[in-house]
Amino acid sequence: MSSIISVANLSKTYGSGFKALNGINLDIHRGEIFALLGPNGAGKTTLISIICGIANPTGGSVSVDGHDIIQSYRAARSLIGLVPQELHTDAFETVWATTSFSRGLFGKPKNPAHIEKVLRDLSLWDKKDSKIVTLSGGMKRRVMIAKALSHEPQILFLDEPTAGVDVELRKGMWEVVRTLQASGVTIILTTHYIEEAEQMADRIGVINKGEIILVEDKAGLMQKLGKKQLKLHLHGKIEAIPPSLAAYNLELSDQGCELVYDYDTKGERTGITSLLSDLRDAGIRISDLDTSQSTLEDIFVSLVRAP
Amino acid sequence: MNFRAVGAIYRFEMARTWRTLLQSIVSPVVSTSLYFVVFGAAIGSRITSVEGVSYGTFIVPGLVMLSVLTQSIANASFGIYFPKFVGTIYELLSAPISYFEIVLGYVGAAATKSIVLGLIILATAGLFVPLQIHHPVWMLTFLVLTAVTFSLFGFIIGIWADGFEKLQMIPMLVVTPLTFLGGSFYSVNMLPSGWRTITLLNPVVYLISGFRWSFYEIADVSVGLSLGITFGFLAVCMITVWWIFKTGYRLKN
Repeated sequence: MSSIISVANLSKTYGSGFKALNGINLDIHRGEIFALLGPNGAGKTTLISIICGIANPTGGSVSVDGHDIIQSYRAARSLIGLVPQELHTDAFETVWATTSFSRGLFGKPKNPAHIEKVLRDLSLWDKKDSKIVTLSGGMKRRVMIAKALSHEPQILFLDEPTAGVDVELRKGMWEVVRTLQASGVTIILTTHYIEEAEQMADRIGVINKGEIILVEDKAGLMQKLGKKQLKLHLHGKIEAIPPSLAAYNLELSDQGCELVYDYDTKGERTGITSLLSDLRDAGIRISDLDTSQSTLEDIFVSLVRAP
Repeated sequence: MNFRAVGAIYRFEMARTWRTLLQSIVSPVVSTSLYFVVFGAAIGSRITSVEGVSYGTFIVPGLVMLSVLTQSIANASFGIYFPKFVGTIYELLSAPISYFEIVLGYVGAAATKSIVLGLIILATAGLFVPLQIHHPVWMLTFLVLTAVTFSLFGFIIGIWADGFEKLQMIPMLVVTPLTFLGGSFYSVNMLPSGWRTITLLNPVVYLISGFRWSFYEIADVSVGLSLGITFGFLAVCMITVWWIFKTGYRLKN
């Protein structure tokens, strides 16, 4: 798959000496939804700001569809739509005026039909003549998305798009994102809601302390790091794990009423069958069993907390 | 050249003027009329003439300049400060638009507004005193040049300011005194010689003198010097703006 954004060895040190980005290398594939995860202050917004031209890098380079973001900033920036994290709006402008302004700013000829489509898709059409100051927070968020989409970008950055947005609206927003992806737009989003990344993204990158610590296909990531756990509820209490079962690294919990077995789904054999037969041989009877898979959140927390 | 972007910024800024018509146009006209009543009619009636021109007529170019200077700075500084304040500057910085185009949009709109305002004030003055303009082309040249230069200066203040207090500080504490002491209401020749020398350090003297010359052919300093100083200040502002965008000062953290 060809990459539409290439970040090479990018670093950013603020005037205060704070190192926000430390040698970032990252490729975003054309047409994918890429989720950038990371705790607060990890450098997500700084990375986006540099790619979009809002902050200057200290070192390294970024190219967007082959255009260097500094040498060929016009070509690079005209491909990008940005929805920043904060709600920055011109309070006294109407929705229609501010959206049309954005299109003009990006050098595109007037196209009322396109603006209308964007506003309708975001359920803003009946508010087109309202001043932004009169809108709710969720609507303002959608106005910002409308502004970003007004100039038909090939790449859309969504920085924490669902922060403070209710569940219903969030669903609607993701529908818009999927429609955009279907029309060929590449989407990069940052989010705190890990379940969103899990639902939406094709690939996931984890950033921490200014460094990319992992980039993976979502499915691959889940599989690679995704442990499964088998819990065996025992018929009666046992005092200790019989020595014959030592090889399984079992854990005794629930005051001796439960055995926990960790296994790997990508392994050639999970060992479940032999465990069960060894249990029977050891005379341990099972009343129930269940399995569970670790979520992306578990993976994320274990990555970020790792020393 | 991204003309559509320049046009978008220009129209956006002009639309703001119409939304704030009272503040942008009506209030400067009212305050200028007050100056005419106070200085022209009340005090002016006790002063026979200045260098062969009646006092009321004499102060017209100074009053126009006073408004053009302050309004150029106010318009341009607010125009760029506000997006910084509310955060919408992100869009400007992420748009495929050069620094020159940003300046052209903002400074062009601010200068347009103050030129229109200057002409309105001139027309208002015509209701109070008889006007004569010996060199209309030079008059317009000085008007445009001053509006552009001080809009650029205002743009710089708007970028430099990181609070409303700083936004007001330069216009209130520097520009207004310089304008009042720059010969808006008197001829520099009326001052004692010591003060006259000090006054000649004030750049506004040259603007007003040149502008007044285009009306009545009377000037405190030579017209060439007036033009030279104005262009000099314009160049300083341009270099400063170029430096601001080159370094990203107060714009790109």
